[in-house]
Amino acid sequence: MEKQLLIAGFGGQGVLLIGQMIAKAAMHEGREVSWMPSYGPEMRGGEANCAVVVSDEPIGSPLVSEPPVLVAMNKPSLVKFMPRMPAGGTLLYNSSLIEGVPLREDITVIAVPCNKIAEKLGNDRVANMVMLGAVQKATGVCTVEAMRDTLVDWLGAKKASLIEINEAAMVEGAALA
Amino acid sequence: MKQLMKGNEAIAEAAIQAGCRFFFGYPITPQNQIPEYMSKRLPQVGGCFLQAESEIAAINMVYGAGGAGARVMTSSSSPGISLKQEGISYIVGAEVPCVIVNMVRGGPGLGSIQPAQSDYYQATRGGGHGDYRMCVLAPGSVQEAVDLTQDAFDIADRYRNPVLVLGDGLIGQMMEPVDMDKVADRAPAADLKEKNWAANGHIPTEDSPRAIINSLYIDPQVLENHCKRLQAKYDLIAANECRWQEEMLSDAEIVIVAYGTTSRIARSAMRKCREKGIKVGMLRPITLWPFPDAALRKTLSTAKAYLVLEMSMGQMVDDVRLAINGERPVHFYGRTGGMVPTVAETAAQIEQLAQSIAPDDGTCRTEFEKTVRGAAEKIDAAAEVVGKKLDEAGKKITETFNSPELHKKAQDVGKQASDFAVRTADTVAKGVTELFGAIGKAVESVQKDLKDIEQQQKAESDESEPPKDGGKEGE
Repeated sequence: MEKQLLIAGFGGQGVLLIGQMIAKAAMHEGREVSWMPSYGPEMRGGEANCAVVVSDEPIGSPLVSEPPVLVAMNKPSLVKFMPRMPAGGTLLYNSSLIEGVPLREDITVIAVPCNKIAEKLGNDRVANMVMLGAVQKATGVCTVEAMRDTLVDWLGAKKASLIEINEAAMVEGAALA
Repeated sequence: MKQLMKGNEAIAEAAIQAGCRFFFGYPITPQNQIPEYMSKRLPQVGGCFLQAESEIAAINMVYGAGGAGARVMTSSSSPGISLKQEGISYIVGAEVPCVIVNMVRGGPGLGSIQPAQSDYYQATRGGGHGDYRMCVLAPGSVQEAVDLTQDAFDIADRYRNPVLVLGDGLIGQMMEPVDMDKVADRAPAADLKEKNWAANGHIPTEDSPRAIINSLYIDPQVLENHCKRLQAKYDLIAANECRWQEEMLSDAEIVIVAYGTTSRIARSAMRKCREKGIKVGMLRPITLWPFPDAALRKTLSTAKAYLVLEMSMGQMVDDVRLAINGERPVHFYGRTGGMVPTVAETAAQIEQLAQSIAPDDGTCRTEFEKTVRGAAEKIDAAAEVVGKKLDEAGKKITETFNSPELHKKAQDVGKQASDFAVRTADTVAKGVTELFGAIGKAVESVQKDLKDIEQQQKAESDESEPPKDGGKEGE
């Protein structure tokens, strides 16, 4: 079974990190994975996206041109990539920053107010973790346990104090999916 | 344990684990993670990272370190690799081993920074001057980039020749799982000898004479001998180092040839087409030089057509056509300038090709085809009628020839002709004999007349001319 995700947003929103966390978690569960970022003259506030493929067999193309799962962290990303989704796809979008965009009716849509929840938790920087929790729950691309292990591994001993708030963000996100 | 690594970083770590202790380079996207990683890691292992003032300086530093016997690497992307060509030619000429990484981006010129495969000609034909070849390794995944980078150092040392690792922006930027534990502290291949040729300040001995690293041979005869020796080395590389991967080839009527990034896209497209029952397979060259000609020729047993997929306007397609040597059609599909073909458009190319080689089932796809087919059917029908009439006429002719009357008539005519011929021949023979007789007589009579005239003339001259000596004769 192969799952393809496209995660897009502003540079600085932790878009690439969402993808890396998914890829790492799935890898630790023994799956084949690939993570491919958009690259180039990128900067904070510019456009950023990454394609993640998780599969049981060696991955062919690491690019995702028609994303069955789209994660849109900002409005330009939604406007750009939603038309490329195949019917029946799943869209998760950051409803804190996106409004007034007519959404397709032939796809499953999940609204996640990432920034709002992050602010409620006391740190706007965990907005991407809220989305990560929602993606994990909605797609089943990896288990909650693998995701948590990856988070702990990523923060390491130095930033262990941040595990709690990041995990809380993921739980809040999952509750919405 | 597997870890998720970027292609560029994985290549850098793999090089260090293969004993590379020197790196000289100059920044350029999309390979910057290689020098970035090296700048951090090489000092930790007692090596030297140096950001040169230019690509030309960097490759000449590689020349120096390699000439001193060190395992050394440089990396760049297309425009930077162009700048290094002079140095590469010198390094080949001086027989110095080193590893060069090219993470190809769109060209020509400064081009774009997105993935491309448009440096194939430069890589496989030698972008520098002179008669030379370089082993070119083209990884199709991050794990393979790791393995090939390590092998590159062994191949370089084995033949004292640079080895090029040819990736592209996608291979360099992509993250995939790699097992770095397996490749840690990799020892040089067992067959590699000590570098007794290296200029490392040693005191000359019989085994290790005074070392001169040089590519200048003023005497053309000496240079020719040198080039012949290099050629023998390239022949050896071609015989020993060729690598490729075969996928779903056992029954493949369509054979895709693609390397690196495009082989990944081709793989996805191939799976889609297999689901539709299209017999498609892939031969993925891993070494671009030496090119796997023999392996490709083996696919002729099932292949009806070839499809070369490249991120260029078509460069490797030349090598495929040379290998196939006109025995099958070789098609090409490519995107270039940094554009990467999608799985969908690649699958569409395969399907189109499958349709063109499919046996004719009489289906009309266009109005034109319908018209042509209609006309062809009418011609067929007319031809059948004409054929039947010709058959009938033929039978009648045969019957007439076989009738007994005709035979008798023919015999009579034959006899009459024969009699006539005999008679005529007799007459002619008689006539000829008479004629010859007459001619004989005529000749005789003419000869007689001539004799008479002669005698008469003689008699006349005797009378008129007195003897010169006045009858002296009679005295």
